[in-house]
Amino acid sequence: MLTIQNLHVSVEGCPILQGLNLEVKAGEVHALMGPNGAGKSTLAAVLAGKEGYEITEGEVLFEGRDISELSPEERSHAGIFLAFQYPVEIPGVSMIQFLRAALNAHRAAKQQEPLDTAELMALLREKAALLKLDPAFLSRSVNEGFSGGERKRAEIFQMAVLEPKLCILDETDSGLDIDALKIVSDAVNALRSPTRAFLLITHYYRLLQYIRPDVVHILVEGRIMRSGGPELAVELEEKGYEALLSTA
Amino acid sequence: MQPIEEDVLARHFSREYEWGFESDIEQEYAPKGLNEDVIEFIWTKKKEPPFMLDFRMRAYRAWRDMREPHWLNAYYDPIDYQEAYYYAAPKSISQNRPRSLEEVDPEIRRIFDRLGIPLHEQEILAGIAVDAVLDSVSVATTYKEKLAKMGIIFCPISEALENYPDLVKRYLGSVVPYNDNFFAALNSAVFSDGSFVYVPKGVKCPIELSTYFRINARNTGQFERTLIIAEEGSYVSYLEGCTAPRRSEHQLHAAVVELIALPNSYIKYSTVQNWYPGDKEGRGGVFNFVTKRGIAHENAKISWTQVETGSAITWKYPSVILKGDNSIGEFYSVAVTNNYQQADTGTKMIHIGRNTRSRIVSKGISAGKSNNTYRGLVQVLPSAENARNFSQCDSLLIGNTCGAHTFPYVEVKNPSAIVEHEATTSKIGEDILFYCNQRGIPTQEAVELIINGYCQEVLANLPLEFAVEAKKLLAISLEGSVG
Ligand SMILES: Nc1ncnc2c1ncn2[C@@H]1O[C@H](COP(=O)(O)OP(=O)(O)O)[C@@H](O)[C@H]1O
Ligand SMILES: [Mg+2]
Repeated sequence: MLTIQNLHVSVEGCPILQGLNLEVKAGEVHALMGPNGAGKSTLAAVLAGKEGYEITEGEVLFEGRDISELSPEERSHAGIFLAFQYPVEIPGVSMIQFLRAALNAHRAAKQQEPLDTAELMALLREKAALLKLDPAFLSRSVNEGFSGGERKRAEIFQMAVLEPKLCILDETDSGLDIDALKIVSDAVNALRSPTRAFLLITHYYRLLQYIRPDVVHILVEGRIMRSGGPELAVELEEKGYEALLSTA
Repeated sequence: MQPIEEDVLARHFSREYEWGFESDIEQEYAPKGLNEDVIEFIWTKKKEPPFMLDFRMRAYRAWRDMREPHWLNAYYDPIDYQEAYYYAAPKSISQNRPRSLEEVDPEIRRIFDRLGIPLHEQEILAGIAVDAVLDSVSVATTYKEKLAKMGIIFCPISEALENYPDLVKRYLGSVVPYNDNFFAALNSAVFSDGSFVYVPKGVKCPIELSTYFRINARNTGQFERTLIIAEEGSYVSYLEGCTAPRRSEHQLHAAVVELIALPNSYIKYSTVQNWYPGDKEGRGGVFNFVTKRGIAHENAKISWTQVETGSAITWKYPSVILKGDNSIGEFYSVAVTNNYQQADTGTKMIHIGRNTRSRIVSKGISAGKSNNTYRGLVQVLPSAENARNFSQCDSLLIGNTCGAHTFPYVEVKNPSAIVEHEATTSKIGEDILFYCNQRGIPTQEAVELIINGYCQEVLANLPLEFAVEAKKLLAISLEGSVG
């Protein structure tokens, strides 16, 4: 589904990703771990098409297609979703209005008619229940006054609504208490399917106890230094980055 | 939030002003320019009662001795008042006022159809009574009989002068005196039509009363005059909408609106202003220099809501004189400026009575090379024991070439008053746009969504059909300003 070859990315002339390779197949869950500043969010931003991230070398293929020329919304329509590390507030715009616009943009890209209000509300209520969110939450402004944990849950809720193919979760587990972590993990597990892939960016082994990854990667200074099975995360938990990488 | 880089602001106004069509209607004019003879001409043409000649003449003389003000935070070239016509009326109307919709000139009907004004009977049943003012003369006032049964008067002010001269005489100029300011004096001297509303004691007007203004003739100013009287315990909601054809020269629109809210009454006044804003280079467009003021007696409430998207220059401060104890004044405003538009708008809340309350919510949105100023005065007089005011003035900038300014004046002469002011300035940042884009929402649509959210508190105060129209206008006036 996602093939990244020798990816080099600079931000404001400063090289951040330096020869990153990654292959994610449909149905798989990959965990991406690494110290602060390693370039994890940079990778997420590049995949989502954020402006200002310059690919200086290498390529990113999504379903066999080079996506570097696609706008962020085209990538979204193609099925790439990013659960943000720091979701922004949109004052005065309710979650219903926001997701109506998002869903209908996705539908328009597929030459489908917009959803009517009844269909929309039914869908939103169903997905809110999956995240154990009170339906009243749908009428609140997007992320406005949400606690850190609520924001993260709201991101996964949006993901459930948009049903993407590639789900990138950037530190979704940070700031979640244990109950919320369980809710989010249950929702992600429920969304796992043979046609969908996940890239979980995390610092914590904790999340991976709930969502079992197929592959674990360790990103350091813009490069994947090690990849392995779930046991790699256990080893990292025991040794820490420095010791882990020096034994490699 | 990060500001949007200037180079991201590429396209401006991909859509042109949609309401700029011109119509070919034969007009009857007063002689060009302004002098005592012209005043008398207008008075004679309109067959007004004698007190009106006196009112107009006093206003004219006061105006003649005043100087054109330029203190606003915007620039306009001095206007040559002798180059304009102060009375222009479609011939078919001024010669013979239509009695029913069927008698209205088909060309005029076509204009209003293009404006989407519900003049037809079916649409009237939808619940809006419309008084349509084309240049200077009211074309047709619908729904009149239904209202008349409840004792509500809703008619062109010229008709009110004919049928209810005592009511007009009693209240005209009582809130905005004939010599209040330069443009109000000019209006008092030359106004030729506008709307009149009278709601009797205890009556709640069951429908929204609505007026559409349109400037059509060339070189005419539009000076409409609106007078709304809500008797004790009554309620009325009034809407005005405006458009003008595209012209390369500026057109002056100097209206006066007076609201009288008697004890325990409530007047809700909503405006969606979409006068021609001028072209992308700042040529042409309407000068919207308007005086709007209401007086609230005991326990009465006046609420102004305005969505200002049009005009080359918008210069107005809908105000409330909180005279009676426990009276309430509200001002909800969205002012959008793009390209070379300039707006200097806000409100005045004058607290005189005890326990008076006022609330101000102003949202300024600037794009292009425009300039958007909020100017407001909250005045608490010594008599206003326990007065309360809350003001929220927010500015939103799109791009780096526009300006936003806030001048909140506060004068408190009673120590028991509590006056609160909050202000924010923000930009539509890349982060929020990227967030929307990532969810599949294209930038233009994202901007509309963000703007509507930003204006939510104001738009929520508009009657539903107007809110829909206002949202469309916001979208159109900012189209192409981002991305
Ligand atoms: N907009 C930016 N401009 C310059 N440097 C940046 C920018 N964003 C991130 N960086 C730098 O890129 C590196 C990687 O950042 P990031 O991808 O956020 O790391 P991670 O998510 O792994 O903690 C860091 O050194 C950070 O300081
Ligand atoms: Mg990060």
